Amino acid sequence: KACTPNYSPGRGWPTSQTQDGFEDILEERRNSSDLKYALRCYAPVLYKGVTPCKANMLKNIVLQSDQLRYVINQVSQESGEAPDIIQEEASVILEEMAHRLQISTVRFFAFALSKAFKTLFQHVCVNEEGIQRLQQAIQEHPVVLLPSHRSYMDFLLMSYILYTYDLALPVIAAGMDFMGMKFVGEMLRMSGAFFIRRSFGGDKLYWAVFSEYVKTMLRNGFAPIEFFLEGTRSRTCKSLTPKLGLLNIVIEPFFKGEVFDVNLVPISISYERILEESLYARELLGVPKPKESTSGLLKARRILSEDYGSIHVYFGQPVSVRSLAQGKVNRSTYNLFPRHIPRKPMEETQSFVNDTAYRIVRLQEDNMVLKPWVLMASLLLQNLEGMELSVLTEQTVWLRGLALSYAAFLDWPDHAPTAKVVSSSLALHRGLACVSGGRVSLVVGEPLGPVTPEEALFNRAVSVLSCASYRNQVLHVFLRPAMLAVAMHTAASSKKNEVYNCFSFLWDMFSNDFILCPGDTVQDFEEACYLLVKTGAVQMPQQDIVMTDIGQPTLSFFNGLLEPFLQGYQVVCRYLCEEASEGLTEKQYIPAVRSFAHSVLCVFTGNLRCYEVLSSDMQKNALAALLRGKLPTQKALLARL
Amino acid sequence: MASNNNSSDRQRIAQQRLSRIAAHLHKHEDGNSGIIAKECKIDATGSPEENKGTVPRKRQEIMKWNGWGYSDSKFLFNKKGQAEFTGKRYRLSGMTLPRLQDWFENTFGASVKHKSPATPVLNASVVPPPRLNEAFVENLKATGIPFSNEAEDRVFRAHGHCLHEIFALREGKKFERVPDMVVWPNCHKDVVKIVELACKHNVCLIPYGGGTSVTSALECPPEETRCIVSLDTSQMNRILWLDENNLVAHVEAGIIGQDLERLLNESGYCSGHEPDSMEFSSLGGWVATRASGMKKNVYGNIEDLVIHIKAVTPRGVIEKSCQGPRTSTGPDIHHFILGSEGTLGVVTEVTMKIRPIPEYQKYGSVVFPNFEAGVACLREVAKQRCAPASIRLMDNKQFHFGHALKPQVSSIFTHFVEGLKKFYITKLKGFDPHQLVVATLLFEGDRERVLQHEKQVYDIAATFGGLAAGEDNGQRGYILTFVIAYLRDLGMDYCVVAESFETSVPWDRVLDLCQNVKERIIRECKERGVQFQPLTSCRVTQTYDSGACIYFYFAFNYRGLADPVHTYEQVEHAAREEILANGGSLSHHHGVGKLRKEWMKDSISNVGVGMLKSVKEYVDPENIFGNRNLL
Repeated sequence: KACTPNYSPGRGWPTSQTQDGFEDILEERRNSSDLKYALRCYAPVLYKGVTPCKANMLKNIVLQSDQLRYVINQVSQESGEAPDIIQEEASVILEEMAHRLQISTVRFFAFALSKAFKTLFQHVCVNEEGIQRLQQAIQEHPVVLLPSHRSYMDFLLMSYILYTYDLALPVIAAGMDFMGMKFVGEMLRMSGAFFIRRSFGGDKLYWAVFSEYVKTMLRNGFAPIEFFLEGTRSRTCKSLTPKLGLLNIVIEPFFKGEVFDVNLVPISISYERILEESLYARELLGVPKPKESTSGLLKARRILSEDYGSIHVYFGQPVSVRSLAQGKVNRSTYNLFPRHIPRKPMEETQSFVNDTAYRIVRLQEDNMVLKPWVLMASLLLQNLEGMELSVLTEQTVWLRGLALSYAAFLDWPDHAPTAKVVSSSLALHRGLACVSGGRVSLVVGEPLGPVTPEEALFNRAVSVLSCASYRNQVLHVFLRPAMLAVAMHTAASSKKNEVYNCFSFLWDMFSNDFILCPGDTVQDFEEACYLLVKTGAVQMPQQDIVMTDIGQPTLSFFNGLLEPFLQGYQVVCRYLCEEASEGLTEKQYIPAVRSFAHSVLCVFTGNLRCYEVLSSDMQKNALAALLRGKLPTQKALLARL
Repeated sequence: MASNNNSSDRQRIAQQRLSRIAAHLHKHEDGNSGIIAKECKIDATGSPEENKGTVPRKRQEIMKWNGWGYSDSKFLFNKKGQAEFTGKRYRLSGMTLPRLQDWFENTFGASVKHKSPATPVLNASVVPPPRLNEAFVENLKATGIPFSNEAEDRVFRAHGHCLHEIFALREGKKFERVPDMVVWPNCHKDVVKIVELACKHNVCLIPYGGGTSVTSALECPPEETRCIVSLDTSQMNRILWLDENNLVAHVEAGIIGQDLERLLNESGYCSGHEPDSMEFSSLGGWVATRASGMKKNVYGNIEDLVIHIKAVTPRGVIEKSCQGPRTSTGPDIHHFILGSEGTLGVVTEVTMKIRPIPEYQKYGSVVFPNFEAGVACLREVAKQRCAPASIRLMDNKQFHFGHALKPQVSSIFTHFVEGLKKFYITKLKGFDPHQLVVATLLFEGDRERVLQHEKQVYDIAATFGGLAAGEDNGQRGYILTFVIAYLRDLGMDYCVVAESFETSVPWDRVLDLCQNVKERIIRECKERGVQFQPLTSCRVTQTYDSGACIYFYFAFNYRGLADPVHTYEQVEHAAREEILANGGSLSHHHGVGKLRKEWMKDSISNVGVGMLKSVKEYVDPENIFGNRNLL
């Protein structure tokens, strides 16, 4: 992958950006017996040849650890309860949390998923070189698998792949919601999931049990640990800003010298069509997420009749925490405090973990496989009124060229005529876009009976948000140049420093919406300049940044790409300035801003097309950006937009 | 003096002058100096006596100039492909070691065919000519204290036993800086005179005791432009008096460990201070580096043994006014001297504790299924404060190493018993030969108590899965520590470089530290292009209430490397960083020297360094003791 000369993430990060090729693991499944496959000999190599640990033994190690015993005594002293009772509580927590990995359940899943995958997907593609690297890494150091999270399917898929390649099955941190699914919850537990409560802020004992459980598995190398840095499924298909809790836990044993190193493996799972596609859009619009239930799952069988295209799973280069931390964290600062006493990470460590998390998510983004459809979706969203098929085709080709020169990991079918590529993409996504009379436009659901303006708006928004979830997949490729394009557009002059100031403003503002590594503003700016100059859209004579003669299409595409975000933030801002009353709680905020946006949209349907402001994701991110900024900045924000 | 082709007339004249001075000196020595020296001895003891020390002024007469120990003792592979240890001094001397060659070749990927022999004799042309301070020499001559500026004497005192030092000697590399002369004071008063003259003429003094430093402490700072005088204390080697009422002895600081022990034993006493280097290291060196002996559990480390220290500094003599067993008189001034590594002055006389020779001594050993179990046992022993005089835990690699040093078995019966033991441990008890480790023990005291003590320790060991494995294994463990330095010379004959280093660490970090340091070494070797798997091995050599001392061995086959010493140094540097990052100390007993100076600030804080600096500033403002160790 071509990269800017300025972009150097630093020591320890993979530098070579060439991506591996893929193999379709379903191919073999289509040609040989699934039963045989599910029953075959499974003997993965473990870390330093440790023998696998029985679930019960693991629990005992955790309960008897110095770490946990210390916290139990502490809690007992604070609460006045006897240590035995607290110990019992800890044991119950652990019981609720712990996985019970069983090979028979894994085999059951191997069989069932083979059947399901073959009906749902055309291909499940995996980079085998990544698998080989992983196999090597597992033997050398404890491994943490960090997949992107777009679907419930993710962790079953991960385990399925590892089973297929005879690799050690991971233990997976899963949200407690699954536990609600009778039977299925237990099945997941027996396939390696362990369950954590969504929030346990102040519960010292819970935290201690949880972190010691994870660390014990990591230290002893019983199994790779898997969790989602993004914390939850991204409903927008944009990467979410990373959550640091679990990453802190898995990195700490390295700082304390309990393990020599920890390998972090970023994994990018890209779906050509996401199973939860329309569910997500509705959820973002405020329709409550259906509670996880077994009957719900059974009802969802109808999805089995649809074609969801291909999945690409890319196992990235393992990243060594030891190399990353070199020169950044002084491990000897851990020398003067007993290792078993829990302690808040030091500032140095916190910023290291934060930086690491962001960079891992960026690696996930970089290795996401993009389909032609994401380019088409980006174009369609800038032409909501629809566009000629020929124009769409032409512009898709143009955008493909741009994306490739910005090093997008694009899966464009070889030797297929463009028209074919476009039409087959449209066919796969016929639920989102349709062609009629040579024009392509978004499909808007038509409910039965008379339609109120609100309902019409809602349906329109569902279709826009669904489509946006595809455009969002390509955003990370264009984000930096696009912010530069917007900055050039808004800056008072073409002076480089003024453009930079605008860029930096946007960078700060969008740092909840996009993955922008802390402290990388200058680097990102330079990367953006480099890319725009490279593609001939921009020139930089002396201290200026100016558009070239041929730069118009690129810059205007970029402006259009970010427009929904800018408009969305603007609406939120207006709401806060014009409507919001004192003492607004965060709980009230989302519905309030949603109805404000509704009214704005109903009034200005013509010129304001920011359906995306109806998305709770954008509303939250905009609020977070404003909360981060100080009040004058808020005013400035409004002024600038 | 070697004549150099390019030497100018001026140099030639200087050399002629030098040889004249040297001739002068010899005459002096044969004539008056002897009497003066005796006076000095009479002064101290009241009765004239001959020097009974093991070490002569010309150390090279009995010791290797480019390796460890006595010239007559060395390992070699004989024509039959068997290793043997020459000489008559040690238990292993004259024996063949049939397993060593296999072990050596298998461990290092080395071959007895690939020899890397040392330069046989010192080439005088690699030694820079002495820069003498004429006035100092004149004044010194008047005192009658013997001195020399011969190349062999100077080179011998220009180094300790770091790998890079010995490697350079063997290669016959050119020296950048060596001492310009060597002086041999006979007593405290001589030292006072020398230090006074050095101050007067601004001469740099570097105290030299046994020469066993492994911290580059004896290396002459290359930037030193003054005349460097090596002050060799080896002739100050008498026990001046022995006080049986208070169980203390007053000893000259140049005495080496084996002489001290021998002389005390003659009176029925011992010091109990037995560092692994005790054959050659000196009392003054122990004090100057904060040495530790293997039997410290009974007798204490050097700081516990010392009752009174007399040292000569440029400011004058530092000593206390009484020999009270403990005092509360501000910070203990002994602790300025202990660990000062020759930067403040010369330790001349020490009053130290002595003990009656123990009635009974017994070695022992325990085999554990793995290192973790062994460490847990040692921790428990330390907790119960029932550690025998010595208790050490060798890891699996060292266990095999020890086995490779088994001499030829003389009878079929011993052979049979050996086999039976092995069968019992590995087959019946299920110990994995690639995991099991051995603890070696040494008990001392009266017979009954030793036996009782022994039982207590073996009982604890049993709770950690330990099996008693006999006295013989135990004793062999301790032999290994005395011959290991000789073995390094053997390795160097066959392209293998080796070194040891140590640290101390809290109990809970012992396992992690050992593991991480070993892994770091292996990884660094790989990254630096070492072609063969390195040997990394460790043992727990001392136990304390709150932690332990860990000793690492590290060796690799350097074939294919352009600069093995540089590679070695990089790896050792990385290993030390790993130790520090894992909660280990900069040193438990080797000291800092110049090798580990860079970490002093981090180890003792800026204020700490400032305190030490201000002491140096007061005691030695002109940096007469200019070896530049420590700070």
